Amino acid sequence: MLFLFPPTHVDKVQSPRPQNHSRGPWHPSREQFLPPSPLSSVPPPPSFPPPPQPGVPARLPALLARREEDMEAQELPCVLIDCIGGKHGVYEDHAEFLKERFCLITMKEYLENKNFLGKKIRAIYMWYHKPVINEELLQSLPNLKIVASSGVGIDHLDLSLLSSYGVKVSNTPFIVSTDTADLGMALMLASSRRLVEGHQMAISPDTEYFPADWLGAEVSGATLGIIGMGTIGYKVAERAKAFEMKILYHNRKQRNKEEERAVGATYCKKIDDLLQQADFVMLVVNLTPQTHKLIGKRELQLMKPTAILINISRGLVVDQDALVEALQNKVIKAAALDVTYPEPLPRDHPLLKLKNVIITPHIGSATVKTRHLMKENMTESIQAGLAGLPIPNEVLL
Amino acid sequence: MTQSLIFVQRKAIRAVGDDESSGCSVSLNTLTFVSTCSRPIMKGEELPGLLVNEIGGMHGILHDHVEFLKKHFCLITMKEFLENKKNMSKKVQAVYLWWHKPVIDKDLLQSLPNLKVIANSGVGMDHLDLKLVASFGVKMANAPCAVSSSTADTGMALLLASARRLVEGYHVAVSPGMEYCEADFLGVEVTGATLGIIGMGSIGYKIALRAKAFEMKILYHNRTRRKEQEEQAVGALYCEKIDDLLCQADFVMVVVSLTPQTHKLIGKREMELMKPTATLINISRGAVVDQEALVIALRSGVIRAAALDVTYPEPLPRDHPLLKLKNVIITPHLGIKTDKATRMITEEAVENILAALAGLPMPSEVHPS
Repeated sequence: MLFLFPPTHVDKVQSPRPQNHSRGPWHPSREQFLPPSPLSSVPPPPSFPPPPQPGVPARLPALLARREEDMEAQELPCVLIDCIGGKHGVYEDHAEFLKERFCLITMKEYLENKNFLGKKIRAIYMWYHKPVINEELLQSLPNLKIVASSGVGIDHLDLSLLSSYGVKVSNTPFIVSTDTADLGMALMLASSRRLVEGHQMAISPDTEYFPADWLGAEVSGATLGIIGMGTIGYKVAERAKAFEMKILYHNRKQRNKEEERAVGATYCKKIDDLLQQADFVMLVVNLTPQTHKLIGKRELQLMKPTAILINISRGLVVDQDALVEALQNKVIKAAALDVTYPEPLPRDHPLLKLKNVIITPHIGSATVKTRHLMKENMTESIQAGLAGLPIPNEVLL
Repeated sequence: MTQSLIFVQRKAIRAVGDDESSGCSVSLNTLTFVSTCSRPIMKGEELPGLLVNEIGGMHGILHDHVEFLKKHFCLITMKEFLENKKNMSKKVQAVYLWWHKPVIDKDLLQSLPNLKVIANSGVGMDHLDLKLVASFGVKMANAPCAVSSSTADTGMALLLASARRLVEGYHVAVSPGMEYCEADFLGVEVTGATLGIIGMGSIGYKIALRAKAFEMKILYHNRTRRKEQEEQAVGALYCEKIDDLLCQADFVMVVVSLTPQTHKLIGKREMELMKPTATLINISRGAVVDQEALVIALRSGVIRAAALDVTYPEPLPRDHPLLKLKNVIITPHLGIKTDKATRMITEEAVENILAALAGLPMPSEVHPS
C-alpha cells in the first residue's frame, strides 16, 4: 500500500476507530501531482492492516467497487481543508469518511505546491472557520466552486467577496439547533444555581462545611426573555416551558399565534419591555451589523439587578466592556457566555476573574453526534455544488 | 399585645404534572394562602414555643425567615433551651428542623413534655427515627411540595452540565495555563438521549416533565407503577426490573428516598450493567450509591461520568478520590438552595405545625412506615 499522505501528528482526538491510512483513495493518476512523500519509509501505525494479497485490495466490497469505478471514471474532486487533527483540524475519523469521497488537500500541501494544486481544488471544507478565506486565496483557486462552512454562523465569511468570484457557500443550520438550545439551558441552570461555584466549594481543600445560607436563584417559574426567536430560540422556549417558565421574546418579526401558544411565549415588540421583566435574558441572534453590540450599557441598565444574561450567539452581540462594568457594579446579577470576542479572551481579561461569570469555550454544538451530522451535511453540500445541483443549506446573499 | 393565631389554608390549584399520590396539587405560579382568623388569642397568652437549632450560622434558620416565624411562634434556640431547660421545656410545642438540626434523640424527646409536632425542612426523613418520635405521640411533617421543582431543576442542571462538560469547559476557558483546545472538546447529546429515572415520586416526575421537552426517551423504575395517564403525559416507560433501565439509559438519575431498601442501591453490579457511555446523576442521598464502587467504575471507564449533588458524608473528606476525578461534578447539596424554595419550605412547615397544634389534619404528615 502506498502512503499518499504522510501521517499527520495528531493531538488527543476523540476517535473511536483505529487509524487506517490504507483506506485513503488511490488512483494511479494522483501520483503525478503529489510530491514524493518524505515519510514513505516510515513504518505504518500499529493498526495498519496486514498487506493485502497482490491484486486484492484489503477493503470492503462496496468501497472496492467504488475504487475501481474511480480508476476508470474521473478522479475524486479535490477539496481544501486546513489540516487533520490538532486544535482546529478535521477529526481523524471524519477525515477517513471524507477521503472516501474527496481528494483531501491540506493547506500545508497546497502551499508547498500552489501552482499545481491551486487548479485542482474545487471546494473548501471549512472546519471551525479554517482555512481562512481571503482574496489572495480565491485568486489562486480558479476552479473553486463551493465553500462548505461548519456550524450555522457565517459572520466570519465575506459573502460578497465569495459571490464576486462565483463561489457558492453552504452552512449547517438545523443540526446545531438542539445542541445549542441544550447548552443555553445548561448555562441558565448552571448560572442561576451557582453550579460552577458550588463545584469549586465542594472540592476545595479548604471546605469544612456547606453553609446553609449559600443560595442560588430558582429557574422554575421564573421569566425568560429570548432575544432572537429563530430555530434555536424556539427550541430554547420549548425546553423552558417544561420548567414552567414565563416566556417573553423579541424578534425581527413576530411568530404566528400557534407557535406562540405552543410554548406560551409573549411577543415584545420593544426589546426594552423584555429587558425590564426578564429574570433571564438569553441572546440567540445572528451576528449582523444590526445586532452588533445589541446589548450595551443602556440595555444592561434596563435589566433587573437580579437578572442573568446568557449569550449563545456571538461575542460581538454584547458590548463586553459594558458587561464587565455592569457585573462589577451589580447592575445585573451574573452572566454565562459560550461566546466571547475574541475567542479565547486574552488571559488577563476581567471577565475571566469575575465570580459571577461562567464562560465556556464555544461548545454550543460540540457533541460527537452533531459533529458527525455536520460532516455529512457539508459533504452533501459540496457534492451537490460540484455536480451543479441545488445545494442543500446554501447561504444566499 | 394581642396577636392572632392564624390558620393557613392552601388553595389547591390543579396544574400539569400534579402528583396526586403525595397530595401536592399546586402550581408554583399560583400558590396562594388564604388566612382566616379562627381563634383569637386572649390577652397575655403566649405564642407556642418553637424550638430551632440556631439562627444564622452554619446550619441555622435563615435570617430572612425569622420575622415570618416570629409572627406565629415564640422562637427558642437550642442554646436558650439548654441554658434554661426547666422553664423552656414546657413551652416547646413544636420543633423546626433546618438541615437536620437539632438532632432528635430520646433525651430531647423526654425533656419536651408538650411537644406535639416536628416539622422537617425538605422531604428526606432518613435522619429521623420515625418510630421513636411516634412513640412519644409526636407528629411529623416534611415539605414535599416546596422541594420538588427546585430539586428537579438541580437534577437537570447536573445532567446538562455533565453531558456537555460544562465545568471542565469553564476551566479551559478561564485558566491561564491551559491550552484553549476548541475542535476536539466534545460532550454527549442530551436531546433525544435515553433518561432512566430511578424513583418516580414527585421530584422524579417533575424531572420527567422537563426531560420530555428535551425529546428524551424516558424509562423509570419505581416501587409502584404510575397510572397510565401519568406515564403518557411524559412518555415514560416502566421498567419493573432495574436492570432493564440500567442497560438502556444514557443518563441514570437517582431520585429515591434513603431507606434500608435503597441503601447502596447502585453498586458495582448496577454500574457494570450501565453503558460505558452512560452518566450517573445522584440527587437523592449519598448512601444510595456505593461510593467506593463508583470511584472504581469512573476510573476504569465502566461508566462515562457522574454528577453528585449528595455524598456520604457531606462534605466528603478532603482527600477523597471522588474530588480528584475529572469526570465527576460534585455540588454542595444544592437541591433546594434557592431563595424561593427555602421560603416555601418554611411556609409549608409553619402550615403543618399550626395544623398539628390545632388538632387539624396536616397537609404533609409523615407516618412511620
